[in-house]
Amino acid sequence: MTREKIINTALLLGLLAVPAWAWAVDEPFTITLATRVAILALAGVGLNIALGLGGLVSLGHAAFFGIGGYAMGILASHAQSYTPLMETPFLIEGTKSMPVIWLTALFAAALAALVIGALSLRTSGVYFIMITLAFGQMLYFFSISWPAYGGEDGLSIYVRNGFPGLNTLDPIQFFAICFALLAGALWFNARLARAPFGLALNAARQSPARVETIGLSPFRLRLAAFVISGAITGLAGALFADLNRFVSPTMFSWQMSGEIMVFIILGGVGRLYGPVAGAALFITLEHLLGGLSEFWLIWLGLLLLLVVLFARGGVIGLLAGRQVAHD
Amino acid sequence: MTPLLFIEQVLNGLQFGVMLFLMAAGLTLVFGVMGLINLAHGSLYMVGAFAAAAVAGATGSFLLALAAALAAAAAAGALVELLVIRRLYDRDHLDQVLATFALILIFSEGTRWIFGSFPLFLDIPDWLSGTVTLPGGIEYSLYRLAIIGLGLAIAAGLFWLISRTRLGIRIRAGESDREMIAALGVDISRLYTIVFALGAALAGLAGAMVGAIQSVQVGMGEPVLILAFVVIVIGGIGSIKGALIGALLVGLTDTLGGLLLPEFFKLFMDTSAATSTGSALASMLIYILMAIVLVWRPRGLFGGAA
Repeated sequence: MTREKIINTALLLGLLAVPAWAWAVDEPFTITLATRVAILALAGVGLNIALGLGGLVSLGHAAFFGIGGYAMGILASHAQSYTPLMETPFLIEGTKSMPVIWLTALFAAALAALVIGALSLRTSGVYFIMITLAFGQMLYFFSISWPAYGGEDGLSIYVRNGFPGLNTLDPIQFFAICFALLAGALWFNARLARAPFGLALNAARQSPARVETIGLSPFRLRLAAFVISGAITGLAGALFADLNRFVSPTMFSWQMSGEIMVFIILGGVGRLYGPVAGAALFITLEHLLGGLSEFWLIWLGLLLLLVVLFARGGVIGLLAGRQVAHD
Repeated sequence: MTPLLFIEQVLNGLQFGVMLFLMAAGLTLVFGVMGLINLAHGSLYMVGAFAAAAVAGATGSFLLALAAALAAAAAAGALVELLVIRRLYDRDHLDQVLATFALILIFSEGTRWIFGSFPLFLDIPDWLSGTVTLPGGIEYSLYRLAIIGLGLAIAAGLFWLISRTRLGIRIRAGESDREMIAALGVDISRLYTIVFALGAALAGLAGAMVGAIQSVQVGMGEPVLILAFVVIVIGGIGSIKGALIGALLVGLTDTLGGLLLPEFFKLFMDTSAATSTGSALASMLIYILMAIVLVWRPRGLFGGAA
């Protein structure tokens, strides 16, 4: 086992152990913090497919995070008020069932990623960064000015959605759901990186011209990666909205995109478990520094600056050395 | 809708576009010359606005406030370039995005620390307040007209600077081949600091001018920053001309879209539905414009091959 694998295992076990301990001593707030870590890490795992594997610096992943959130909000608010989503040409009703909501979120985010990706991937480099950012903002302003689902105020859902056989109102059971999805996404990401698709995508990042000469289209590889990436981030958005029982346009804000990217960098670019380490560090810092100073974001900014300038490998890079698992 | 209202909105769109140009010019220069994407450009806009509000509050002079905005933003820009940005020129865009994102956090929270969370207000001076009557009987705010005039003057000055002066020659040379101009004995790192400070000063000036119309608060820079990105994506990165035309296009589209779209939907919808559909669509209009330009010309209207 390499050092990185040991660290990865320790991270996952740690993410399990903290809420387990909190559950034993009855500290529901700590469980909620751990749930936030799991959900935000899931969003980061999604972005990492585009960013780490595909080299696509998307500064608009809040779009997919928000779409996932609104998928949950819209379905659950209709179920809550017993009004159908749409009656013609066929009847669609709201739902409070998590699996249905997840599927909707995955599908809606994938569709949005297909459209945004198909337009944005016509460009590269700094254009791509700005365009993804702009599309994210477009959805942000749309969600603010569209009055049907709360507009600027957002949507509140009174009771957390249900999952068959589990009581989702119990923090530890909801954590288990989020953790299982995170573990599934990490497994999927590891498989993807080693699959022919992942190898081709990786090659397209390093040398698009060569990939093209062997008959693969870098554009289609990247678009596929962008869609998968957006879909996973959308799923995380649905969970995040369920955790807060609240959706608002802030899920679409560009700061959200920046934060998701920060998780990856704090953890380590190109590391499979980078987002987990990064999200855990971010939430811990937010909790600890946030208690000490109202202006904790200054310290986060300084830390981030130091990591970017002097410690490119992030937390996992510091602990595991320079070898990068899938780079 | 009367023709008068329409012309007034066209002027508002011009004023907005000119402000966006001041932001976009700095961004596009910094990208064109140094190849750097700077998210913290919005923070320099905020620094300018806060410096102007503080000085105007202390001295009561609007011109001193504008000078302070220019000086503070240029100084902040030069400082940031020396301490941080300089290390990023050779890095990839991801590092630049993250480091400048970190700078935004530091600037925003630092400003909140010093000035508090409440917005400050910067008053329009007496000699610029009130309205003027334009030909055709249109009453229009003198201050906004002054912004349009100043912005266009600065645009002309920038074109002159880039195309006619020694500094401009060096900037253009730096864009095309930095190693060659270093070999010719130009101090490239000083040139970079000057370009960055110049961009920062323009952003700071824009912040101070807009600060008198809107309120001066933490986070005011980021929405403008993102619009400036849209502007340079439309205009083509690195092109001052593209930035000017892109800025006017975005300014006019945004202002007129908010006015015309609801009217357009009223033709076949009831009033309240038309207003909400129209305003929701109007908020997305500039991004739709950007998408169309991209499909048509992926490198922007005036962008060369990068």
